[in-house]
Amino acid sequence: MVDLSVKIGKLRLKNPVMAASGTFGEVYGELVDISALGAYVAKTITFNARQGNPAPRVCETPSGMLNSIGLENRGVEYFIKERLAGIRKYKVPIIVSVAGESAEEFASIIKRLERERIDAYELNLSCPNVKHGRHIGLIAQDDSAIKTIVKKVRRVTKRTMIAKLSPNVTDITLMAKAAEDSGADALLVANTFVGMSINIDTKRPRLGNVVGGLSGPAIRPIALRMVYQARKVVSIPIIGCGGIMNYKDALEFIIAGASAVQVGTANFVNPKATEEIITGLERYLKKEKAGIKDIIGSIRTA
Amino acid sequence: MKQLKLKIAKNEKMVPGFFKMRIISPYLAKASKPGQFITVRCEDDTDPLLRRPFGIHRILPDGIEALYEVKGKGTEILSRKRSGDDVDILGPLGNGFDLQKMKGKRPVIIAGGIGVAPMVAVAESIGASDVIIGARTKGHILCEKDFKKLGSRVIIATDDGSRGIKGLSTDALKDLLKKSGDEERVIFACGPNPMLKAVWNIAGPLGIECQFSFEEHMACGVGACLGCPIKVKESGGHEYKMICKDGPVFRGERIAW
Repeated sequence: MVDLSVKIGKLRLKNPVMAASGTFGEVYGELVDISALGAYVAKTITFNARQGNPAPRVCETPSGMLNSIGLENRGVEYFIKERLAGIRKYKVPIIVSVAGESAEEFASIIKRLERERIDAYELNLSCPNVKHGRHIGLIAQDDSAIKTIVKKVRRVTKRTMIAKLSPNVTDITLMAKAAEDSGADALLVANTFVGMSINIDTKRPRLGNVVGGLSGPAIRPIALRMVYQARKVVSIPIIGCGGIMNYKDALEFIIAGASAVQVGTANFVNPKATEEIITGLERYLKKEKAGIKDIIGSIRTA
Repeated sequence: MKQLKLKIAKNEKMVPGFFKMRIISPYLAKASKPGQFITVRCEDDTDPLLRRPFGIHRILPDGIEALYEVKGKGTEILSRKRSGDDVDILGPLGNGFDLQKMKGKRPVIIAGGIGVAPMVAVAESIGASDVIIGARTKGHILCEKDFKKLGSRVIIATDDGSRGIKGLSTDALKDLLKKSGDEERVIFACGPNPMLKAVWNIAGPLGIECQFSFEEHMACGVGACLGCPIKVKESGGHEYKMICKDGPVFRGERIAW
């Protein structure tokens, strides 16, 4: 048996593979063994329900896709009453992704979730499809906004808190440091890249919201570079995310310094992706005669 | 719903730009209902990336058929596959047509363009119907024989008048409803959104039950990504439902047109 277990904050994961927020759901239980995952990451919730953006919400691009879902969800109470019990039956750690338009909203959602059995929070500071109150652009593009929110949430929970950063920044290390210094237990690098696509016949954007988040293999080298850079400046664990399709892609992130990975778009292409990545990692570690911890950050640059 | 690696039994050109693929799968044959769909991974690579959705065209004793239009890279690659090649299929997906409560009403099937694909499965389940096929030209008319074999009356409408009525399938519908007088009807339709809306504008005010199958770009196909919304009426306002999971078939009165 190879050791695939990793620690993310106070959380112990039996393996480092998760499905990214909003790209998975209980329906996948018909196609993969959800209880085999390192953790279950629930789709982002806001305090109140959100309707999301008008259609079209997705479009394909070369080796990638754009989405402008707009954080459609039914709010924190609905999640607790209608969804949580279903997720618990997989007996894996539950990470709830949370977004707010202000530090106060983040804190109120988490205060409410504190009364429930949940293992960790992912702070979605980086959804490109939502406008934020006073902020210009994304929270995760402003290191002072990151600090305000992470500090505020830190005061209301002792549970593991993961800051989901945006790749739409000039210097990821600045944002990574801001999150770590303010009390985040781990970083998630990274969310989608803002992009767009136009239909030249109709001259209309291919997304109802004009711009959206680019994901998939197209962004992988950039996300990987950001994990590598962030690794150098923080000591908290990093979860790598960006275009991971198979175990080899996952290993690139782990070797660059990620302690765990999230798989997003790949779930749409191959619903068994997460399961196949776990077995691929096992095979690789057997061959390397190593545990996963020996591989994390094992990049050789000299 | 299952994800299956299956062999293509047949993949042949029907008319230029339109192909029919037969898949042997006792599971899909048994589990599929008219109006449901499958998604196909066209290539084991990352471009094209997403799976392509196709309405289930026919449900056979030992498998299913998909009828598809070559529209882009994914369908182009699929059209070059031969019998014996592997294909990665996810299905059956979505909810099909409700074919139970027709109670002696005479069905009208309306199909626009590639929207004809799922309607053959409907016809083969309910038997003789009135069928209206809308196509660009006479070279784009599909499945006429499949409907006629069942004893259906088939009306053709082409954009350029090269066969049948010159005009829209909805013009043919107006005519048909006028001629059929008081006979009770139920409409099953699939095609582009403007066509479905036009059908509803004609049939809705007459109190005719309509079931519409919608087409939309999809990412997951199973209701997880929330990428294929459709606005439906909900007490006092509207909300989004997902075409892949809550549809692709919706009753006309539910839609916030």
